[in-house]
Amino acid sequence: MEKETCTFSFCAKPEIVEVETDLLLIGGGMACCGAAFEAARWAAPKGIKVTMVDKAATDRSGAVAMGLSAINTYIGENKVADYVKYVRGDLMGIIREDIVYDLGRHVDNSVHLFEEWGLPIWKKADDGFSLDGFQARDAGKALLKDGGVPVRSGKWQIMINGESYKVIVAEAAKAALEYNRKATGVAQNLYERVFIVKLLKDVNDPKRVAAAVGISVRENKVYIFKAKAMINAAGGAVNVFRPRSVREGQGRAWYPVWNSGSGYALGMQVGAELTMMENRFVPARFKDGYGPVGAWFLFFKAKATNALGEDYCVTWMEDTKKLYSPYAEKLGTAIRNHMMMLDMKAGKGPILMNTHTAMAELATKMDAKRIKHLEAEAWEDFLDMAIGQAGLWACKNIEPDKTPSEIMPTEPYLLGSHAGCAGFWVSGPGDIPGAPAEWNWGYNRMSTIKGLFMAGDVVGASGHKFSSGSHAEGRIAAKAALALILDEPNFKPTIKETADQIAAELYLPYEVYEKYKTYSTDTSVNPHYIKPSMLQARLQKIADEYFGGISTWYMTSKTMLEEGLKQLEMLKEDAAKMAAKDLHELMRCWENYHRILSVEAHARHILFREETRYPGYYYRGDFLAINDKDWKCFTNSVYDSEKLSWEFKKVPYVQIIPD
Amino acid sequence: MPSFVITEKCDGCKAQDKTACQYICPNDLMVLNRDLMKAYNQEPDQCWECYNCVKICPQQAIEIRAYQDFAPLGGSVIPMRGSDSIMWTIKFRNGSLKRFKFPIRLTPEGHLGDDPYKGLPEPDFSKLKSSGFFNNPARTE
Repeated sequence: MEKETCTFSFCAKPEIVEVETDLLLIGGGMACCGAAFEAARWAAPKGIKVTMVDKAATDRSGAVAMGLSAINTYIGENKVADYVKYVRGDLMGIIREDIVYDLGRHVDNSVHLFEEWGLPIWKKADDGFSLDGFQARDAGKALLKDGGVPVRSGKWQIMINGESYKVIVAEAAKAALEYNRKATGVAQNLYERVFIVKLLKDVNDPKRVAAAVGISVRENKVYIFKAKAMINAAGGAVNVFRPRSVREGQGRAWYPVWNSGSGYALGMQVGAELTMMENRFVPARFKDGYGPVGAWFLFFKAKATNALGEDYCVTWMEDTKKLYSPYAEKLGTAIRNHMMMLDMKAGKGPILMNTHTAMAELATKMDAKRIKHLEAEAWEDFLDMAIGQAGLWACKNIEPDKTPSEIMPTEPYLLGSHAGCAGFWVSGPGDIPGAPAEWNWGYNRMSTIKGLFMAGDVVGASGHKFSSGSHAEGRIAAKAALALILDEPNFKPTIKETADQIAAELYLPYEVYEKYKTYSTDTSVNPHYIKPSMLQARLQKIADEYFGGISTWYMTSKTMLEEGLKQLEMLKEDAAKMAAKDLHELMRCWENYHRILSVEAHARHILFREETRYPGYYYRGDFLAINDKDWKCFTNSVYDSEKLSWEFKKVPYVQIIPD
Repeated sequence: MPSFVITEKCDGCKAQDKTACQYICPNDLMVLNRDLMKAYNQEPDQCWECYNCVKICPQQAIEIRAYQDFAPLGGSVIPMRGSDSIMWTIKFRNGSLKRFKFPIRLTPEGHLGDDPYKGLPEPDFSKLKSSGFFNNPARTE
């Protein structure tokens, strides 16, 4: 195919804005909000500049934009070592225990800050029932930090009134950035609606990051941020596989639809080492609306059964143990999915969450007022974090105390903060006894590329941090990044690319569109280019059919992966002909390019790991069993974005916390 | 379902440089038709139903119509977000109604003022490379 170039012969040349800062925060979600709060405090006395760049409005950006009904990681009265065991068990035995332990010993302070900033946290009443944030305040209940007792839904989860969770956390982050702006005298240090497209390496040190470049989604501007260190917390990858919804419902993804794999792509393109990218998450959620099931299982004690009333976790346990012992017995998320799918494939669906029997059981211990409160709690679970599910119940006349609801395994998602662990290989804290020396290269949460730190969804092999853990991890990374900046005060980030070259590369889809748009009478059908929505559709179809999506019941194999990768190669080539009619589509083009890179990493990792480590998430039909002898190890890879080549290796797993 | 804008109620946020819904949408979906001075959702199939446009609209001009590829017609969920709590009105397809009110925050907006670190310790640079945050050591057990 003929190569397209951008010479600004057809589209308008953007204004170039160059920003020099010390610490750049990429993303505005929980992790970077935590990073901003921690970094600005350490930075002020040293005159260090902190800058945040967010593709949306920070008040409502990232995975917590809608709100949440629970904080899923709060150690509280538990032991950090037990948290590590829980994460290890759920992620089928392979995690970086130094990083998970480090997260666990830090996370509670972030939760305490959220409460001080105004987040309403449910408290246990004297009679054992739950009080919402207002009731707890009016009853004079203590804050968590002062010994207040939260309402636990599970061992690690606490219930909140979380509609404004992100607004409250963003408010503190923005105040911290403003504090830093005044301390350093810069004109601006929060850039909203700027989408980072790629990172650039330092011209004098090819193993160091020097700049992040992106586009404004509002104005004809290209941004070049030069920084001594960066934190990449640009989130996981959603809508990379064909979703179960066929049309407009595909927006109702379980994880936020705007998480476009940027977190993975940004690190991959500068050669940061990945780990466990074969891991994915397939949540079993309320069908179609993807409302949360955690509170129903853990708090309301609801049971999921097949349509015949049978418990699939009993029916299939012996069968499951044959291939997946000793992990099957731990009944982790993947294993429960696996057994649910066996029932569905046996025609015993629909699978039902028996909300009605759970509420009837709870109501036997309550008076009318408490039953009313219980009903409100059940609805709030959706209204805080998956409002569409409440809408679906309303449209289908479903009242949870009267009728059960279907649950269903979703399409696959790539992430590292929830019940998944796909991400980058990062330096650990270095002070956890038993961690190999080579797991620490000086700066906590720094990737294998100097100056490039990771937090939240993109730190690999360490899932189950959730919102609070992501915030705490951003703070951990920020502090370490500050240490690097102070250790090397004379480093001056320098790039070889000129501003014009960068602008031409980022605006290529705009140029391509303007060049060819009049060739056909309908701009959406044109042989010279591909629009972002079709790029995404083809990616989803390839991923679904070859890499173990819903249409094959999550089944793939060497032969299927190799065929899919051939098709993905051509899609990647076609991305050189992406076309954007406006700034919004320009962002969509690059978002979908990020999705393509994320999926490629995922597929190549599945190909490398010759076993089925995560039944219920995906299956290697040619290696259907779990194989601890050969594969109880990390799988690490490095992508070379110039040669388009990959290098893989096994890295030994080390158990630090005894069983 | 995707958000939609009620023609009669939307005033395009009058003379503002951008509309409230445009400002807040996490997925950059809301745009203003400057000829009509009315906002609309430019990609309904990329809408997460996060309701942030609904909650922020000063005219209550935005609602959500459930995704029609799986939801029957007739239900609606309408929020009214105040300074410390939110009211929800849920209308079922069969006409029945439910109302709920939940807390959203216990501090007034802007409570941090210009010093988010008030009452918190100064950082101790001798601990920069150890565990813990500027305000709190990591727990040990």
